[in-house]
Amino acid sequence: MGKRKGVESSIALADSAAMCRIEAISAYPITPQTHIVEHLSEWVNDGHLEAEFVPVESEHSAISAAMGMSAVGARTFTATSSQGLALMHEILFIVPAMRLPIVMAVANRSLSGPISIWNDHSDIMAERDIGWVQIFAENGQECFDLIPACFRISEDKRVHLPSILNFDGFVVSHMIEPIEYWTQEQFDAYLPPYDPQIKLDVRKPSAMGVVGIPEIYYEARRMQQEVLMQSTPVVLEAFAELEKTVGRKYNLVETYKADDADVLLFIVGSLAETAMTAVDNLRAQGKKVGLVRPRLWRPFPTQELLAAFGNVPVVGVCDRAMAFGMEHHPMAQEIRTLFYDAPNRPQICEFMIGLGGRDVTIGDMENILNRLLDVKNGAPVGPVDYVGVRK
Amino acid sequence: MAKNPLELKWQEIPMGFVHSEAQSSLQNHTGSWRSERPIWAEEHCIRCGVCALFCPEACVRTDERGYFHADLDYCKGCSICAHECWTGCIKMKPEEA
Repeated sequence: MGKRKGVESSIALADSAAMCRIEAISAYPITPQTHIVEHLSEWVNDGHLEAEFVPVESEHSAISAAMGMSAVGARTFTATSSQGLALMHEILFIVPAMRLPIVMAVANRSLSGPISIWNDHSDIMAERDIGWVQIFAENGQECFDLIPACFRISEDKRVHLPSILNFDGFVVSHMIEPIEYWTQEQFDAYLPPYDPQIKLDVRKPSAMGVVGIPEIYYEARRMQQEVLMQSTPVVLEAFAELEKTVGRKYNLVETYKADDADVLLFIVGSLAETAMTAVDNLRAQGKKVGLVRPRLWRPFPTQELLAAFGNVPVVGVCDRAMAFGMEHHPMAQEIRTLFYDAPNRPQICEFMIGLGGRDVTIGDMENILNRLLDVKNGAPVGPVDYVGVRK
Repeated sequence: MAKNPLELKWQEIPMGFVHSEAQSSLQNHTGSWRSERPIWAEEHCIRCGVCALFCPEACVRTDERGYFHADLDYCKGCSICAHECWTGCIKMKPEEA
């Protein structure tokens, strides 16, 4: 067991990125991500990290500058949130198309309006299909551990795609937790120096980001889909190697007391930890409830999710973002799609929780789990339950 | 020269669609959708080169006698050369349908 210290998750995440020996950072502040790039500026300013630190004038520039630095072969990191992620939108699609293995930390936050700085998943649900590898961390330790995993996955020759580490803004980013730091030797053993497969080099000229006329655009996009879909084994390898390095096991899909459960709740992010306590409380009453939590979100771990759900008859899905104009919100759409071809489709109950930083209590989670048990006992599924909304 | 990029199967797309071969764009014959072609009347041409200077495709070049012609692999028939020609020696001729 390494040394544990009480540290804010954002600071730990920044330390982790620095210890990955990142060579280039583009930085623009946005709540609740700002502490990450602020802390990295201290690493550079204090002379502890030899990296190009580029303060830019917007997030559109942050991701564009990151692309440029990655294109010349630098290990590149940036971080953002909410409106900042939205401002990056048009560039986000280009990064994986150009196969630039940037790693970006996203402190998940609501999108305006009304103006809100608080946590939900509106920002990242709007960027679902950008073509990056996407992973969710539930707490500060996972943020620290998964940054090097992201670099390892992204920079693998078989992948060479950017990745996003999602974690909840404020609830995780600003929480001071006991976090076990890896040693620099562990970082260096886990993450070899970046060996770019493509880069801008005056000694070997090439053109990046070229036009794709109708005769070739389609083939390029088809290739991009295949590369991302085929990256799952690399993620598994990165998680297995992480376990060998520091002893913590990460899976593509995490479960909690799911094996013998009568009903299962699908939940993403830090609220899964609240849900675990609710599961424990209901288990103490003899109620067989459990959780399924995706760790890897893109590429979507279809087989692992189906295995995790097994033949459970009732599945609850928690959403933390609206899909306006649709009766099913983003995660519910994905889980419904998952089961469409399954031989035994469960009944699916949908819950909207924690929008714009609204508190979700253990009691709320117990109500949700009890509702799933009611459905198993014959109660109607009903429409989306907007949990906690005043009415 | 390597395979024409426009004939690649999706499995053959190079990483990031990076183009590392110089002048590979020459394989892309972009004059195919031209509806008119420029014709030079040599008896009025003073070989000044304004047509070549203004050609946005840089596809107007001289022959061994110093007279100008468009490379029809790339000429899109925009008629800028005809518009700019001082002597009016360039006429646009419709392509056969």
